[in-house]
Formats: sequence, structure tokens, C-alpha cells
Amino acid sequence: MSAETIQSRRAWLLSDRPVSRLQARLGRAYVAWRRFSANRLALVGMLIIIALLVVAAFADVLAPYSPTVGDLKNARLLPPGAAHWFGTDDLGRDIYSRIVYGARWTLYVVILVAIIAAPIGLLVGTIAGYAGGWTDTILMRITDIFLAFPKLVLALAFVAALGPGIENAVLAIAITSWPPYARIARAETLTVRNSDYIKAVQLMGASPFRIVLRHIMPLCISSLIIRVTLDMAGIILTAAGLGFLGLGAQPPLPEWGAMIASGRRFILDQWWVAAAPGAAILIVSLGFNLLGDGLRDALDPRSGDQ
Amino acid sequence: MSDTLLDVDDLRVTFPTRTGLVHAVRGVSFSLGRERLGIVGESGSGKSQTGRAIMGLTPPQAEVSARKLAFDGIDLLSISPRQRRALRGNRIAMILQDPKYSLDPVMTIGRQIVETLRTHEKVSKAEARKRALAMLQAVQIRDPARVFDLYPHEVSGGMGQRAMIAMMLVTGPELMIADEPTSALDVTVQLDVLKILDKLVAERGMGLIFISHDLRLVSSFCDRVVVMYAGKVVEQIKASELRDAQHPYTRGLLNCMPRIGFERHPLPVLDRKPEWAE
Amino acid sequence: MTASITVEGLEVVFDRFRALKGVSLDVREGESYGLVGESGSGKSTLLRTITGLAPVASGTITVNGKTLGKTRDKAFYRDVQMVFQDPYGSLHPRQTLDRLLQEPLAIHGIADGEKRIERALDEVGLGKGFRFRYAHQLSGGQRQRVAIARALILEPSVLLLDEPTSALDASVQAEVLNLLEEVRRRRKLTFLMVSHDLAIITHMCERLMVMQNGEAVETLTASQLIGHRVSEDYTRNLLRASEGFVRV
Repeated sequence: MSAETIQSRRAWLLSDRPVSRLQARLGRAYVAWRRFSANRLALVGMLIIIALLVVAAFADVLAPYSPTVGDLKNARLLPPGAAHWFGTDDLGRDIYSRIVYGARWTLYVVILVAIIAAPIGLLVGTIAGYAGGWTDTILMRITDIFLAFPKLVLALAFVAALGPGIENAVLAIAITSWPPYARIARAETLTVRNSDYIKAVQLMGASPFRIVLRHIMPLCISSLIIRVTLDMAGIILTAAGLGFLGLGAQPPLPEWGAMIASGRRFILDQWWVAAAPGAAILIVSLGFNLLGDGLRDALDPRSGDQ
Repeated sequence: MSDTLLDVDDLRVTFPTRTGLVHAVRGVSFSLGRERLGIVGESGSGKSQTGRAIMGLTPPQAEVSARKLAFDGIDLLSISPRQRRALRGNRIAMILQDPKYSLDPVMTIGRQIVETLRTHEKVSKAEARKRALAMLQAVQIRDPARVFDLYPHEVSGGMGQRAMIAMMLVTGPELMIADEPTSALDVTVQLDVLKILDKLVAERGMGLIFISHDLRLVSSFCDRVVVMYAGKVVEQIKASELRDAQHPYTRGLLNCMPRIGFERHPLPVLDRKPEWAE
Repeated sequence: MTASITVEGLEVVFDRFRALKGVSLDVREGESYGLVGESGSGKSTLLRTITGLAPVASGTITVNGKTLGKTRDKAFYRDVQMVFQDPYGSLHPRQTLDRLLQEPLAIHGIADGEKRIERALDEVGLGKGFRFRYAHQLSGGQRQRVAIARALILEPSVLLLDEPTSALDASVQAEVLNLLEEVRRRRKLTFLMVSHDLAIITHMCERLMVMQNGEAVETLTASQLIGHRVSEDYTRNLLRASEGFVRV
């Protein structure tokens, strides 16, 4: 692509006079991308997350060994080396392969929690904020009850009730992480519900349901995305914590938290068993945090009208 | 117009933005004696930025330059920020549009006036209080002692703006810049506030720069009018001669407002010419 | 001539504050009626109460022969639309004009959307080129034109105007007032217009009501006002104030 065509494409995207729905949308996305990419650290965060996605998608190709079946006879607790990059654990399994497969479980947890918790929070928050009165009081007191407990303790209680396992861990984390989202969505709703543009839609005869769904929710989504992204690190850590306590993923699943838990016994002599999954959690959490910060700059509804 | 109080020559204010430089003020020149000068223009004409540049309140990222920007012989662009601060509020004062935003919400009106006075002059507390009360009386607040102890949110818009004027005038400034001082007020209150301002300016022999979008109001209040368009002065004219304004923009601005007793349907609209901005 | 809007003894109370204290008025079909007053006079509250945005404490409102209850049905909003004061606040910040104008059509299940949107944009002098812009890509005057287009797209018979030009520059104000007069003539609309500016009201309206502190001060025709044939001191004060500053 020559410099000229790039230039004209940019002009097309940044045009003040878009001629089609598509151009208007792409133009907006482009402006957000420019703001996002101006932040170097956010790009680093995005690269980490993309790397996580790639690793998870191609785990079969990238992992040289099976994540669950080890060589108990010859390869127990080997230090990192050419054959086993990150060493092996007490059952002779290749830690590198386990971490690669573990990426899948991390993504599984994070995505499922986001899919369950964010919409619940959004729905509860916007309805409470828009309806006001009794609806608001009831919904927000329920939210307060959930917020009153430490997240991990509440998750522990749920897992204890539901039984251990990664699905139940996901469910427990989701149940404990929606209240902050409801708070954010409600606060955001309160700032827009009395604006003239919402009144204008009311004056067209729109139903409250339509107003919340089509006019208020889109305004709350960007702050929610930012918050969810920033929370991802916490979700990973909670999942790892549950795994560590033996209430999350069950052996032999290669979940990072559970891996640290089993490495704990050899932490003084065979440090790599716990260090490798620990580093993986650290890097991915950092990636999500950096990404979230970048998104905050790019999507902040208060910075201009974009 | 015996002695020149303020001399502005080729004033420019430039803002850097994502898409390049924005020239808010592009070479404005005028001089002011002890008189009332109106600066009129529509939004984006640079009238407020002109006032702010004189006051030294331009945002730090913007650049201000001028061949000359002198107040009473002092070159405002070369003195230190400290000297500038000492001038501001003492010899040059500014009234902003909405008293709600320019008065400190957590301090009583009286204390704000006293503080202003005491930062610029060494006076005792009792003396400052006496002068503040006198000042509140001068802006025709009926019960100064009561208003002295009120917080800004406890008074009406007109009262707040009077308190603001009192605060600005208590140090006895020589130049007053009023940026849309009455636009947030009801019409009847507006005239009361203007009357007070007019009396004080006349009594104290101050120079006044009255910045407004309302050409008719400004022309009825000021001695001279500077009309700005797109960061430039398009016309300077005596208020009494406004009817004979030469520039089509000035004439258009005067014409396009509905007037009671002059039926025109449709109203004449402004046909903006690109050469006005050149 | 039949009545388009009749208001009788309207009271509106917000948390014990009486915003309207028994106001009555009648607007004839096809008439342009003005409400003048200063802040706190209740003129905007009156408009909002008619649209159902503020609750009625007592009194009745009748629009086109139908007495309104607590809630307004969809048919009401096809008949009565409103233009707000602040052009920067009345357009959704994340929607293109296309979406904005589509919304009323979607709510009322009107099929020929494409044509109506293009016609509406043409009618307010914006044209098709504006269709996919966002509100932040428009000037204040252009935004107010969009707000007018949105109000007109349902083809109402009554347009409520809440200080539609007070946030605009004088030259833009003239353009918007001209536009409003033009659409009124073309569509034979009834206007109920609120303003603090007597000159605008006398320019736009045939009759007007002066309001103060939630009460009607007096009802006048535009020609009575122009001829200074007013009976209340308050109105006389307003008239004097609208002539600008006079040095004594």
C-alpha cells in the first residue's frame, strides 16, 4: 500500500461527513483505536492477551508432551532443561505442556465469568437506576448483601455448597463478581436518565424496556468493558485461589492455580514446579490490567463525545 | 480617552490540538482608556480568549503572543507570574458569566470578599470586614450583614453576581473585565446588575471591558464596541454610531434579532462570507 | 376555531414546592401561542406537564379533544412532539442522525423509514449528506435542526418548543426561527412556545401568556404587546428590560 492510499483511507475514516452507516461506525472505531494505540503499555497488554489466545488455540501443536500423562519412572521433578523447558512435576509431567494447556482453562474461566457476570450486573444496574423507587431499593440492597462478603470467602461458600470442580468454581466466581458491575451500571444510568436525549425518546412513546435496552445500556457498556477487563486479573487469581485450595479444578486438569498448589510441597527444593504457573498467572493478569487501562483511555465516555 | 490604560497590539492566542493548531485569537489590537469598551462576537469568535489573555488566565498549553500587551505601561507578557498574580485581582479584576462557578461553594460570601481584600492589602480583620460590608452595600444588597454570612448556594443568581462584583471591586481595580456578566440572569435582574456596574465604573473611573454575544445590550451599555469574527476584529465603532456600521457582519448581527414592533418575516439571516475571516 | 390544547386549573407540586399554581390556558388549532417569563415562572414546567414528564397534582389538560390521564398513550406522542432548549443535550451522543430519526419510526411501526428520514433532513435544510453523522460532528444550529426533524418525523399536529433558540448565536437563532415559521406554515402546526425573550415571542406567536412564580400574570395578543397596551406592571417591566440598558 502506498503512502497515498493509506493517507486517503485515513481521511475516509476520519471524515466529518460519513456517507454510510459502515463508514460512520468504522470511523468511530478508528478514532478509539488511535487513542488506544497511543498508549504503548496498552499495546503490550493486548499482545499478551493475543499471545494467550494463540497459545490456547494451538495448544495441541505447541505442547510437546501430554499435559496429564507423565513419565513417572524417568522424569520426576526434573529441573528446567532442553528436554523439559520448565522442568517436570512430581508425576513426571512436562510443566511447559501443562502451562500451554492451562491457558485454555484460564480463558475458559475468564470468558465464562465475564459472559455470566457482566450482563447480570448490567441488567440489574440499569433497571435499578432507570426505574428508581422500590425497584431500585430492593435490587441495590441485594447487591449490597453480595458486596458485604469478601469475594473469595463467598466463592468458597458457593463451591462448598455446589461441590468442587471448575464449572462450579466459574459459577461461584460469576455469582460473586456481578455486584460491582451493577453498581457501575446504575451510577452511569443515573447520570443519563434525566438527560434531554432520554426524555426525547420517552416523548416518542418508547417503552421503558426499550429505553433501557437501546438507549441506556449502550452508554454503560464501555465503562463496564473497562471494569471487566481490569477485573480479569482478579478473576484469574480467584480461580487460582480456589484451585489452590483444592476447590476449583480437580486433578489432573492443568489449571494454573491447582498447579501451584501441588508445587507447594516442593517449593524449597524444586522451585520451578510452582514458579512457572505463578509466572504465567502474573503475566496474564498484568496483560489484562494493561489492556484495561488502555481501554479506559480509548472508550472513556467522558473524554469528548466519541 | 485621555490616558491609555490598556494597550493591545496584535494579540494572538493559539491552542495545540490533536488535529493541529487552533488560532483562537488572530491579531487583535485595541486600546482602552477609562471608558467602557464592549467586545462582541458569536461563539468561537475569540472574544472570551481575548479577555482571558489580558487577564493572564489562558490555559497553560496555549500560546499567547503580542507585539504589545501593556497595562498602565507594564508589559504583561514579560513580567513574572508572581507579579502578574499581584496585578490580577488587585489592579485588574474579572467577572465571569456564572457566579455559581466562580464563587467558592464552601466559604461564606463575606469571607471570600475579606480574603480577596487581605491577599492584596495589609488590613486588619475588622477593617476588612467593614470594607466588605460597605462593598456589599455598594452593589445594592439590602441587608449586607445577613448576606455576608451566607454561602453562595443560599443566594439567587442575581444576588450571587452582585456578590461577585463586590468581591472584584473591593480592592479598587483600575481595569475590570466582565465576560458575559449577565447572560445567566433573568432580564429584569440583568438590568439591575448592569446599573450597579455602570454606577461603580463611573464613580471610580475604571476602565471596563464588557465581553458579550449580545450586540444590542453591549451597544446600549458601552461607549465603544469592538466586533470580533473568527478571532479577528472586523470593526471598531462608537456605540452611538452603531446604526451606521460599515461591516456587513456587524450589520447582519444587528439585523437578525427579532425586535418588538419591527415585524419581519422571515428574519434576515447572516450570509457569512469567507473573506470576513481573512 | 377548535381548541388544540386546553389547560384548566393546573397545579404541579414537586416535593411541596408549587411549581404551577392553578394555570389555565387554551391554544386554538393552528395557532402559535407563547409563554413568557423568567426562571422559576413555571413556563417550562407547563410544557413538561403536558407531555407527561411532570406529574399533575390537580387540574385537567385536554389535547385535541381528549382529556389526558396519568399516562400518555402512543397515539398522543404522534400528535404532540417537543423540541428541547439545549441542542447539546437533546441528541444521544452515541447515535448517528440516521439512528436518531429511525427510532421514532421504529417505535410507532412506520414502514417507509428511508424516505421519511431523507425528507425530514431535507425539510430542515440539512440534506442527505448529514445522515450518518454523530451529534458531535454538528454545530449547535445544526443540532437544533436535527431536533426539529426528529420532532416532525412523526407528523404531529402540535409542537411544543422549550426555548428552542436560547442556546444559539443570534444569527443562528434567526435561521432556526425562520425554519420553525416555515414548517409551521407548511404543515399547519400548532405551536406552544416558551421563551424568556419577549421579542422572540412577539415575533413567533399570535397570543401569549406572561407568567411569574407559577401563575399567569396576563394574557395578551402580540399586537397588544407591540402597542404597549399591557395592564400589569410586571409585563411593563419585562418590556422595558427587553429594550436594553438605559443610562439615567
